Formats: sequence, structure tokens, C-alpha cells
Amino acid sequence: MSIYTEEQAKAILDKAIKASKADQCSATLNGGFNGNIRYALNSVSTSGRVSDCDLAVEVAFGKRVGTATTNSFDDASIEAVVRRAEELARLAPENPEFMPTIDKQAYKASSTFSEKTAAITPEYRASVAAACIEPCRKDKLVAAGFFTDSQAFSAIANSKGNFGYQKTSGIDFTCTVRTEDGHGSGWVARNLGDVSKFDAKSEIQTAIGKARGSVDAKALEPGKYTVIMEPAASAGLISFMMFGFDARQSDEGRSFLSKKGGGNKLGEKLFDERVTMYADPWDEQAAVLPWDNDGLARERTPIITKGKVEYLQYSRYWAQKQGKKAIGQPGNLIMVGGDKSTMDLVKGTKKGVLVTRTWYIRLVDPQTVLLTGLTRDGTFYIEDGEIKYPIKNFRFNESPAIMLNNIEEIGKPVRVADDESPFVMMIPPLKIRDFTFTSLSDAV
Amino acid sequence: MERRDFLKMTGIGLGSLLLPAMHGRVIAAEALLTRLDVATKKKFADIALNAARSAGASYCDVRIGRYLRQFVITREDKVQNVVNTESSGIGIRVIAKGTWGFAATSDMSADAIARAAREAVAIAKANSKIQAKPVELAPVKGVGEVSWATPIVKNSMEVPIKDKVDLLLGVNAAAMQAGANFINSILFLVNEQKYFASTDGSYIDQDVHRIWAPMQVTAVDQKTGKFRIRAGLSAPRGMGFEYLDGNKSDRVELPGGAIVYGDSYDMKEDAIAAAKQAKEKLTAQTVKPGKYDLMLDPSHLWLTIHESVGHPLELDRVLGYEANYAGTSFATLDKWRDKFRYGSDKVTIFADKVQKGTLGAVGYDDEGVKTQRWDLIKDGILVNYQVIRDQAHILGLKESQGCCYADSWSSVQFQRMANVSLAPGKQAMSPHDMIKDIENGIYIIGDGSFSIDQQRYNAQFGGQLFYEIKNGKITQPLEDVAYQMRTPEFWNSCAAVCDEKDYRFGGSFFDGKGQPGQVSAVSHGSSTARFNGANVINTARSLG
Repeated sequence: MSIYTEEQAKAILDKAIKASKADQCSATLNGGFNGNIRYALNSVSTSGRVSDCDLAVEVAFGKRVGTATTNSFDDASIEAVVRRAEELARLAPENPEFMPTIDKQAYKASSTFSEKTAAITPEYRASVAAACIEPCRKDKLVAAGFFTDSQAFSAIANSKGNFGYQKTSGIDFTCTVRTEDGHGSGWVARNLGDVSKFDAKSEIQTAIGKARGSVDAKALEPGKYTVIMEPAASAGLISFMMFGFDARQSDEGRSFLSKKGGGNKLGEKLFDERVTMYADPWDEQAAVLPWDNDGLARERTPIITKGKVEYLQYSRYWAQKQGKKAIGQPGNLIMVGGDKSTMDLVKGTKKGVLVTRTWYIRLVDPQTVLLTGLTRDGTFYIEDGEIKYPIKNFRFNESPAIMLNNIEEIGKPVRVADDESPFVMMIPPLKIRDFTFTSLSDAV
Repeated sequence: MERRDFLKMTGIGLGSLLLPAMHGRVIAAEALLTRLDVATKKKFADIALNAARSAGASYCDVRIGRYLRQFVITREDKVQNVVNTESSGIGIRVIAKGTWGFAATSDMSADAIARAAREAVAIAKANSKIQAKPVELAPVKGVGEVSWATPIVKNSMEVPIKDKVDLLLGVNAAAMQAGANFINSILFLVNEQKYFASTDGSYIDQDVHRIWAPMQVTAVDQKTGKFRIRAGLSAPRGMGFEYLDGNKSDRVELPGGAIVYGDSYDMKEDAIAAAKQAKEKLTAQTVKPGKYDLMLDPSHLWLTIHESVGHPLELDRVLGYEANYAGTSFATLDKWRDKFRYGSDKVTIFADKVQKGTLGAVGYDDEGVKTQRWDLIKDGILVNYQVIRDQAHILGLKESQGCCYADSWSSVQFQRMANVSLAPGKQAMSPHDMIKDIENGIYIIGDGSFSIDQQRYNAQFGGQLFYEIKNGKITQPLEDVAYQMRTPEFWNSCAAVCDEKDYRFGGSFFDGKGQPGQVSAVSHGSSTARFNGANVINTARSLG
């Protein structure tokens, strides 16, 4: 039993809160199922389903905090986990940055759960693999992919009467298709909350097309190019930049958002006029839980508006110290765009490079958020509005803070996920000038 | 816990330590000292083996794991978090109808174990319908009931939390006194209590310990708005708490005066040096891009070895099993057959899971194969890969090299990187000797930014400390340095490797691979090495 109803979850959390003799107590109960299927060389390699459920109890005596967890929920186990948390709290050093547990919050539910996603079966997972493998086998191509689905619930409560419960679900699909000789490689990715919007048969055609189209790539000289970044390609750079939006680090002088002479750049225009990003837990396509990791209620939060920095992430401690209001930390990142697709942006491009996917993005210099990484699985040269030929992959050295000042055009946002990002994202295809490629890669 | 959650937990973001995954539930510190007795584990294992056989498995292995982790996280004068986690359960892998099946459970009752074994067999049978070729498993002779333990002197889990907190806060205070503006310091301690049993007749009990003490020291110049970070020069090791003894005999003074460490680490001394060097970095000369001869310290070179040799010579990547995520490899089987020249004749790179004090060292791997050492590149020529039991036949090998690992009882074991190390040079040479012949070079100490393509051709590496070398002497510190390389050209430009007296380890505590992702820990040994004519770029940018 891993998906508890709201009543069942509340009963468990209430028991824990009631059992605590500490100055304050908060508890979270998270559980769910995670299914996956992995395939490579046109054959299924692994598949499985994992269920898990954990109760975490955090208590405080003064400024001493202890946390303990359990995956047994009978009365004795709940009592025991609370006692253990209390014992740890008594042994812990005082935390000078301790913050009392949050007051009662008002959570407005968001649409994070799909019955259809929750009903995914092993047969469905196998059908996704088959939908990718079969056309590849027939076409002398090789598929390697991963499909994972989840259904879960999250419940939180504390000794100040706060309570929240919500169910979530989602799927994530990626597939790489390579030609048998290894000279061509294409990729497709889809991240959705509702599986009914997913069609593996249609998605795989994108990867197949790119695999075929990327054979015999030509080498272009590294340098500055106008690029069309597909949403998945720029998401990794943009979400990396968000690590620099921490208010404390900015105030401490160690972020690209630190101000010369002290303080931070909140309120300053640092990006192109057309760059607007916000967080919204209730966004129809990218809904997330209406509370953050501390249980604070999330709000619709402008992050960048018309190029101006409108948000820095204040921890509750730092907010109090700086006299700011702590708000729920964003769970999604939505970049505003237009109506054009990636191919529409290609059509309007005289000379440029189309980037399908970026890879192994790492921070080179935190001072400027300079990132390095590579293009992968479908990089093409554009001339006079058409894809002319495949080109060899490039290594880039580019800062998203510079990239978002070199915007030429913004397309229609689509939902993307990145396995190194904490956000569900809505990112548009972007046309960017002077994107810096520093060397060629022979990798296909 | 995902990497992003870890970042949140440590309260350090951009420009700080980027580390993934830890799993488990939080437990009391005292619980880290308890163990499950071997007789009970054998009883559980036999239940699984018998149930799997009865259900039709032709092979079964059982891993009963108890994975303990402790994290002590501090900044300046504050303890941010002390976390103890435990994850325990049983993972059962079978071959039925020529196909793998796997199931795992945390429920250690006889019924649940037998049920999981039957589920593994059922999954294998279901998957056999789409299996192209039956699994071919290299033989392993059962070893009966044996045990192995990391040869530690001090069990980290027995050291009181107060001592650990005092150590880190002392380190932090020393760095702050030496002029640091900020310091984050962490202790990561791992104990894997692993029991393996198989239908081959092995019952292997292992007790594996690892330790890592990373830190980051930041200097800020508010006037210019500039900040620089100098990370610690320690290595994660397969050792106990004795690694932090900081013995004078393990201290190495390099040309130019930088101090690095061998088999024990003086964290406080390094923190003081880091504070001074972080300040120095604020005003260091920015590098002129171009061709330089690189002199790479083992504290840096380990990561280059890891990315450009360790990963491309993993056979599953070569074959295409990681094509969708980690990628494939340029070092294809035809290159191996044609005796591909991977590097210069100075380059001999070996794999092992036996070097004392390394992260990869175990007695047996996660499919019961006794660990060993073998050459991957011999005098510059590609001679071998890293394989597990179901891959050995592809290379015509009669046995596995013992590279199988799972990061949890609940994860399926698969091929992971062994320790991969550059053999020391055969002729006597110290770093002080090596530098004398370099006319126009850069000396790089410590690992920094790293990135490599999905076939492991094109890589870019930064570092912690960079020094200009002119006519055999260090002239000044440099900043904004990164080198870009193409793997075969880079290793063929290797002109010299210092001797065994300079041999030291670096390593990765959280090397990621697979979908769903798993982590593993791996060490890389080397002596200081010289690479001629590398392409160095300048990474400074202006945000206006």
C-alpha cells in the first residue's frame, strides 16, 4: 500500500504530531510507485517497478533539531520514530540559523495528477519500447531509450495545525536512434503529467528523422553562430543559471547576481527586453505541488519580467535577516514565448545552426555563469530558411546570462524536464545570435 | 535523494560542490554501529536461492545490503546538518529461459524474500519473449563462505559526531583566520555491509568503508565584485577516519610551494592554504590562450583519466547499452582488434579493484567474481576493456574481470568502472625534475570544471591552481585556464610520467551512470605527467 488517501495520510501525520513532546513538530508522508522500462540495441534491457513510502518527523527543542524517518506506520512505529527524532534533537548542536516551523498555510490545489498516468501497466511500458524498437529494426536503425512513469502522493502537517495533501503523476520519455554504422544519431524527449497526450509511435519519428538526417555530417569552423536552440537544448543552460538566483549567495558577493560594492542585482535589467520568466504552481501544462520543501505555499511568482530580475530565492532564515517576506520557492519555471515552432524559427533564419540537444553542461566560472557543454544527436546547418546539411557536433562555452541578451526570436514554449534541474519547465525554442562554439567534436 | 535535493540540503548552489544521490532513511548515529549477523544473512539468501530454483531459474544471485551513510555539513562557524541514513533490503537476480530478471524488497521476512525471488523469475520469463539471444555467463567457481573488509584503522562510524563537528569547525575557523570570506566543509562517510550469495556456491560477506572530506573556500573582493573559489585538494578514499590524521610523511611539497597529500590529509593546513590561494586568484594574471605544455598533478589528472580512459573503455558503452544517456565510445571493438594507438609509449593504463585505500577496492564484485588488476592500455596500445560475466565472451575472455556493482540492494548490478590508473614512469623523475625541461607551460593542480562528449573524444578541463612555467621555472599564478583536448591526441602527447614515488590517488565519490541513475565510487592513481602542445583557452567573460 503506497498511495494513501488524504484521510489515511492525515491520520498517520496527526498521530506523529500528537506523539511529540518537543517544542514543535512537523511531519511529511511521501509515497508512490515508479515504473520503468529501458531498452538498447533494439531489445529490452531492464524493466521494473519500485514502491516506497516514508514518514519523516522533524522536531525541535529550542534551536536543536532532530529528524528521523520510518516506513512502518503502526502506532508503535510512529511513536518510535518521534522518540528517535527527539533523541537526536537533544544530542544536536544548536543551529544559530534555526527557524520555527511554518504557520498554517492556505494551499490552493493544482492539477498534478492524472488517472490515466496512474493506470499505466507493464504492458503499456512494453508497448512504448516496442513502438520505438519495431520501426528501427525495420529501417536498419538502432534504438536505445528509457520510459519512466510515476504516481505518488505528498502529505505534510505540523504542530501549528498546518496540513496539505496532493497526488502527483508524470511520465518521462527519451529515445536515441542511431544508424547501424554509427554515423547518424537522433534524439527525442517528452515529459508530461498526463500520459494520454503521449504517442510513442509519433514521437519516435522525430528521432528516426534526425538519425537519418545527421549521417555524414560536415565540419564547420568553431566560432560565433546564430543558433536555433530547441527547448530541450536551452533548458539545461537556463536551469543552471537559476542556481545563481540564491539571495544569500548574491548578498555574500558570490553569484553573478552580486552587485559590485555589496548587495544584489534584484530589480536590475540584466536580460533582453523579451525575456520574461515566472513560476506558477497552477500552470495547466507544468503544474507542481502548491507548497515547497519547507511547506510554504507557492504563489505565482515573477522571476524575470521584460529582462528585469524580479525574484531572488530567500531562505526563511535569510528573508528574516534581510527583512524580506519568505515565499514558497518555485517548483517550475515558465518562459514566456510566442506561437512559432522550432521549424518556423528555422524558416526565418538566413544562416545558422539548429541544436537538438545539449550534453554534459558544467559550470566553468560562477562569476559569469560561463557554462561548457556539447551539442548532440542532431546538429544541422541552416541556410536561407532551410536545413541544408548535418554538421559535426560542437563544444560551446557560453553564459546563459549573455545568451539571454542575444535573443533574436522566441518561439512557443513546450514542457521539458532536465535530469539535473529541480524544475518542471516550459521553455520555447530560441533563436540566439553570437552563440560561442569553441571546438569541434568527432562524437556522433 | 537527488542531486538537486542534496544541493538544497547543503545550502550551497552555483559554484559550489555539485554532487548527486544518496538514499535511505534517517537513523540514529548509534545504529550505524550495528550489523546483521552472517548466519541470518545466509538463511535469508538460501530462502531466495531455493525459491528461485524452484520457480525455474537456472542461475540466481542474492545481495543482502545494508548501506549506511553519514553526512556532516558545515559553513563558517555553523553546523548546517548532521544526517545518518540507512537503507537495507535484498535484491534478487535470476536467469530464467536465458533472460535476466530482478526483484527487490526491504521486507526481510521469509515469505517476502521467496515472493521477490519468484517475481524475479516471472519477470525473466516475461522478458524472454523479446530476448534476441540467451544470456551467456562466464563461469565463476563458488568460493564457499568467505569474508572481506576494507583494511581500515579507525571506523568512521565509531568516531563521535562531536569530534567530527569540532574537526570541521576548526578547519573553518582556520580558513577564516587566514582571510577566507566563506568556507563550506563536509564529511561524507559510507559503510556498505554487503552479503552476496549465488547458485554457484558462494556466500561472501563484505564490509566496505569510504571517506570524503571536501571543502570550498571563497574569497570575495567587494570593490571589484570579483569572487574566486579554491576547493580542497583531498581525495575521496577507501579508508577509515585515519585518512584525516594528516601525517607529515603524506605531505608533498610541489614545485612552486603548493602542498598536496598522499595517504592522509591535513584538512586544516589545506584550508589555510586555500584561503590564501583563493585571495591570490582574485588578482592572478589571466591566461593568454594558445598552445602550452601541461604539467598535470595527480590531484587533477585523475579526472582526465576518468573521463577520457575509464568511461570509453567500459564495454557496455562500447556495445551501445548506454547510447540513450551516458553515450557510446570512440574506442570501438575494431580499434581494439587493430591494436589502436591510444597514447604515446609512455602511457600504460591499468584497471583494478585491489589497490589498497582506493574507492574501488573490494574482495569480490557484486556478482561474486574475485577482484584483480589488468592492463587497458599497454605502452600506448589499447589492449582491453572492463567487463562483467555476461560480456566476457564478447572479448573471448574465459572469466569476468569483476567490474559489476549496484549502488543499492534495490538496484540491478551492472558494469561499472574499476579503478583506472596511469602507471608511474619507469625512470626516476620527480615533479621538480620534470619542470626543468618545460619552456612554455602551465602547471595544473586540483580538479575543476569538466565536460566530455558522449563518445569521449572532445573534453574540456579546468583546475584549482594554475601556474605559468617559463624556461623550467614557475613564474606566476594564472587564472581563467581551461584546456580542450581530443582524447587520442592528448594521450599521444604524453611526453613523461613521474616515477612511483609521486604516485597518488584522486577519485569520484558519486560517478553517475544508467537509467534509472546509479552512482559508484572509483579511484584513479597517477604520478605527475607532462602533455605537450595542449590547446588552452581563456574562460574569462564580461557580463557588462
